[in-house]
Parts: sequence; C-alpha cells; structure tokens
Amino acid sequence: MRRRLVPHPLLTATIVVVWCLLLNDFSVSNAVLGLLVGVLVPIATSVYWPQRASVRNPLAILEYGAIVAWDIVVSNVQVAYLVLFRRGDSLRSHFVTVPLDLKSPEAIATLAGTITMTPGTLTTDVSADRRALLVHCLDTADPAATAAAIKQRYERRLKRIFE
Amino acid sequence: MTTAIELIIAGFIVSGGFFLFVGSFGLAKLPDTMRRLHGPTKATTLGIGSLLIASMLYFLLARREPSIHELLITIFLFLTAPVSANMIAKAHLLRASGAARDLPEAEDGWANFTRPVRNGVD
Repeated sequence: MRRRLVPHPLLTATIVVVWCLLLNDFSVSNAVLGLLVGVLVPIATSVYWPQRASVRNPLAILEYGAIVAWDIVVSNVQVAYLVLFRRGDSLRSHFVTVPLDLKSPEAIATLAGTITMTPGTLTTDVSADRRALLVHCLDTADPAATAAAIKQRYERRLKRIFE
Repeated sequence: MTTAIELIIAGFIVSGGFFLFVGSFGLAKLPDTMRRLHGPTKATTLGIGSLLIASMLYFLLARREPSIHELLITIFLFLTAPVSANMIAKAHLLRASGAARDLPEAEDGWANFTRPVRNGVD
C-alpha cells in the first residue's frame, strides 16, 4: 500500500524542493501544494517507471557531478575547435558500441545522458538486450579507446553510485 | 557596481554568446545529421551555462538579491537536451535511407529496430 501511494520517495522529495525553488517563496501553503504535486505526479507516472531507483552512495554523486561539469567545459572547447577549424568532411565520425556492465535502467539512462553531454560523443540507441549503448563520435582516431575511456571514466563511477 | 565585477560578468556573457554561436554554426556547417547534432547539444550547454552564471553573479553581487532560478534552468536543460538529441538521432536512423547501414552489430539488435518488449522488467 505504501508503495502504491508513494512509488518514488526521492522523486516526491525532488518535486517538492523544485516546486519551492520555482516559486522562490518558502511558505507553508506553497510547501503543501508542492507536496500535493509531489505525491500525485509519481502516482500518475508510476506505470512508466515500475521499479524503484536505488542510490547506494549519495556522496559519490557530488564527485560524479564535478567530473561531468569539468568534462562539459573541456568538450565544449574541443567541439568548438572542430566546428570552427576543421572541414566537416574531414571529421572521422564513427558509431561505437559501448558494452555495459550497468544493470539498473536509471544508471544506464544517466550514463546515456552523460555521454551526450561530454566530449564529442552522442548516445544514439541502446541494444535490445540492454547490454550495449550505440554511441556516435564526432571525431575519433581510435573508436575502441573512446569506448574504453567512457567505461573507465563514467561507468565505473555510476556503478559505485547505483549498484 | 565595481569595474571588476562588471568585467567578470561581461566575460561570462561574451563567452556564453561565443559558444551559442559556435553551436548554431556547427548545426549549419557540419555535413550530415548525426554530426550536426553534436554542435547544439554541447556548445549550447556551456553557452547557456555561462549566461546563467553571469545572471547569478549579477543578481548576487550587483543587486544583492541571490537568485536560484538559474540553477533550476541548468538542471532542466541537462535533463532535456540529451533526450531530445537521442530522439532526433533515433528518428534519423529510422527515416533516412542508408543511415542504419554502417551501424556496428548488437547481439539482439538495437532497440530502435526491434519490437518493444512488453513490461521490460528484468
């Protein structure tokens, strides 16, 4: 019964906080309204998100966030260089398969999002058995090394957070 | 408002404008859909990010009224940008003739080209 009323406690908490931040006004009535939204939305969407996400190591999220933020800055400079100074046809673009060790759908979704936001890579698809991601690289000399770098840098840390 | 603060904020605004321009330029310049996607998804995040940092600094230092809406915009942007890029890429693979020809192999195929599994709980 508790599971049906509050299918995703973390999502509920996040919605309440975001609601209050959006209004920029911390009064009791706003918090209650936010709580109402925070309870109703997860119930309405629980059909599409049957499992409950588990976060094992919340502190590791901070480390992960810092690394991703830094990589986003670096990747922006790299992509800006490629866009401005290279002819489009000379970019060695490849599709790369990144085999996955992660099992939980939330972790895989986070990894896919991270890949899209960071150095010259873009998640295109996941394999039907959920054991690999299809990643498009803008410019890479060694596709296998790119895949290994993604696994080493992001997947290892996500495994610590989620599994 | 002191000159130093003004300079810092102006620097963030200019670099934000630069990266936004590069993102749009990449969209126009790069030769095919998959490569074009790289421009807007990345350059735009840092572009918008710089503008938002500038906005936060301005309200914090110049107006003395801290604003947190910028953080929310950043979070929403980071949640939505990869999803829309993913959707465009998938639609491109399905629609463009020959686009899916040079994909690497996957054991059971890529989810884009197989029937959806009902209730995909492991």
